[in-house]
Amino acid sequence: MDRADFVEGLRGGSAVALASAPFGALFGALAVENGMSLSEAAFMSATVYAGASQMVGIELFGHNVHAWLIVLSILAVNFRHVLYSAALARYIGHFTPVQKFFTFFLLVDPQFAEAVKRGESGRPLTFAWYFGFAIIIYIPWVLISVAGGMLGSFIGDPKAIGLDILLPAYFLGIVLGFRKRDNFLPVALVSAAASVLAYRYVGSPWHVSLGAAAGIVLAALLPLPPQEPDLEADALRSEVHEV
Amino acid sequence: MEFDLHMALVILAAALATFATRIGGYILITRMKSIPPRMEAALNAVPAAVLTTLVAPAFFIGGWESKLALIVALFIGLRFTHTWMLVAAWIVVMIWRHSGGL
Repeated sequence: MDRADFVEGLRGGSAVALASAPFGALFGALAVENGMSLSEAAFMSATVYAGASQMVGIELFGHNVHAWLIVLSILAVNFRHVLYSAALARYIGHFTPVQKFFTFFLLVDPQFAEAVKRGESGRPLTFAWYFGFAIIIYIPWVLISVAGGMLGSFIGDPKAIGLDILLPAYFLGIVLGFRKRDNFLPVALVSAAASVLAYRYVGSPWHVSLGAAAGIVLAALLPLPPQEPDLEADALRSEVHEV
Repeated sequence: MEFDLHMALVILAAALATFATRIGGYILITRMKSIPPRMEAALNAVPAAVLTTLVAPAFFIGGWESKLALIVALFIGLRFTHTWMLVAAWIVVMIWRHSGGL
């Protein structure tokens, strides 16, 4: 493991850890509110380790929905990770099987965004950097969910302290980070429209998969750029993800 | 701190499903010899397409304070870092809700 890369990863990931802390705390609080014990909430954070789908999970637990439907919903919310791991493949071919196991287990949204950005910038995507970036998010995530569960009764209504706006604003930030890419605007607009329609007429959590599929299919159908897209310049132009 | 076995098994199943999605794309793509250009275009669109679906419905179903907060965050995000987007969105929502609307 390259020590300098590991430390650089820790530094990058710590900003994400800080930004995701409120969501970890919120997850813990809502999990306990929905009838989970602290150890169950910690177990879920440690094994599933995917913010949005953990939220979906506890929401459905609270409604006594069948187990298979909970798993299916989480699968739908996380289906985007299939695409993440496919997109990441070109940068991690040199990892060992054990390293790949941890790479995929820890593959959350900001981790993916930063890893691809690093890969596209032409710098080597080392496991040391990736693991440093991931572990500094993972450990606080699990600990903060427990803390949130303990403090849950004091939070009260998450809307009263404005917590509910942070998740969409956070995802909006990540979306904007990709705005210099080919076809960004048509893809984002079509995905937005399709996800809203799916949300309205099919229901959550299918709007995630259906909306994403619409944007991706559009990108595949649009005319290809005349030459290879200059991904390096693209990555350098777009600003550094802070969250 | 009780630990319900049924709940634990459901969580474990959810974790396995999540891990399957996280490794599935890699397994699929490494089975293919080369990536066709259209598939590459599709892959490049993945982050924007997926993450947009986590924002748009929130904008759609959210109250006016949430809509305004996200619009403000959008403009902040074109110029400043993500942290400032979160701070701006939060401030808009808090001002709106604690002043009883504008």
